[in-house]
Amino acid sequence: MRNPQLNRNGELTHLLTLDGLPRDIVNHILDTAETFVPLADRDIKKVPLLRGKSVFNLFFENSTRTRTTFEIAAKRLSADVYNLNINASSASKGESLLDTISNLSAMQADVFVVRHSASGAPHLIAQHVAPHVHVVNAGDGWHAHPTQGLLDMYTIRHYKRDFTNLTVAIVGDVLHSRVARSDINALTTLGVPEVRVIGPMTLLPGGLEHMGVKVFHDMREGLRDVDVVIMLRLQNERMRGALLPSAQEYFKNYGLTQEKLALAKPDAIVMHPGPMNRGVEIDSAVADGKQAVILNQVTFGIAVRMAVMSIVAGAGPA
Amino acid sequence: MTPLPDAEALYAELRRAVQAAIAQLPEGSVHLVGIHSGGAWLADRLHADLKLPGRPGALNISFYRDDFDRIGLHHQVLPSDIPFDVNGKHLILVDDVLYTGRTIRGAMNELFDYGRPASIQLAVLVDRGGRELPVAAALCAARIDVPANTSINLTRDGDRFAISLETSADA
Repeated sequence: MRNPQLNRNGELTHLLTLDGLPRDIVNHILDTAETFVPLADRDIKKVPLLRGKSVFNLFFENSTRTRTTFEIAAKRLSADVYNLNINASSASKGESLLDTISNLSAMQADVFVVRHSASGAPHLIAQHVAPHVHVVNAGDGWHAHPTQGLLDMYTIRHYKRDFTNLTVAIVGDVLHSRVARSDINALTTLGVPEVRVIGPMTLLPGGLEHMGVKVFHDMREGLRDVDVVIMLRLQNERMRGALLPSAQEYFKNYGLTQEKLALAKPDAIVMHPGPMNRGVEIDSAVADGKQAVILNQVTFGIAVRMAVMSIVAGAGPA
Repeated sequence: MTPLPDAEALYAELRRAVQAAIAQLPEGSVHLVGIHSGGAWLADRLHADLKLPGRPGALNISFYRDDFDRIGLHHQVLPSDIPFDVNGKHLILVDDVLYTGRTIRGAMNELFDYGRPASIQLAVLVDRGGRELPVAAALCAARIDVPANTSINLTRDGDRFAISLETSADA
């Protein structure tokens, strides 16, 4: 079966997941993003690539940062951008997802950027849109957050150049993290020889070994000699269930402190997809420290999203 | 087919023309800007041979092409790099082959996103005719007529240039 993200010529026409996305396409996106980065230093930060095209940001789940960076990216490509907070409108009136999409398609959309709490919603939309419409997944349920995964890869490549000699640790609530899944897929595709996952038993999904990662429950052991530390946000709502005793207890075992970070390589970088819970998964001294590249991730995220939107919008029909 | 002129001889001619043009402009106000890839090679060598200060600019006009809807975004060479303030400067835009004029239009659109230059002149190694836009090269080493299905390619070996013809079957 053909990869639903690619058209007949093998071009990327939707971005739904990094799982199974060929390495040359991942590299094409990262290379294109690199050419967008210097635009930020120009008088006029826009290029006319998507002039006359309409990008609809469809956020069925709240997000400020991701929606804003997609909006900035689309505007820097000269697209017309429409932000729809669907939480607050049609869905609550009982309209089905596909009816919402049909209505928006009738408004001449070219690109849908979709965030949804249900895993697989962007796939479903991609299967039903007209052939000239492109879908970009901005995070679906626990499934995938491919542009975050790509901007994480961009950040790692920027600081470390070569993926094939790296050890990367992903720390925290992997069970509920679509970022972790996208990162693991991309790191594997790009040939990272050792991906470690660190977290308490209750926050790691089963079957991780089949994704080709090494599992650690002891953070100190897992951080030893790593090149990259990717911290995950501890979603506060998890605290209410029986998954964790308390934020203090979590910080003691899995919070990133200077003392724990010292076990990684001296030039290790610290990443976080945001928003951060200081004092829960990361200590302020680390978050604001020399090794943190968290704000650079945000800046690179704009260039990466410009690359994704311009590549899919330029691809022929599915 | 008419035999192709020697690329090194054409380059020497272009260098003379560019040098003469620079002599007409206020000192220190002129910058070269090459279009990737061939134009950037030419600009680099002109810059070195004419002992101009600083670095030349380079443009990758992929984001300004007018055929994005038909061909999409292709693999990138290098990002644009304009290492000087273009406002009020006299720019000499350098490319290897001038054909339809669409690349030059894209390049001028991009330059204006960096600021407002005082003037832009166009310098090319070869003008092959076939213009689709009102674009002309003030500085040009040769005019060569080739059939529409043939492209003129500049190649570089070390610091020496060569040009060759390539005929595509499907054009």
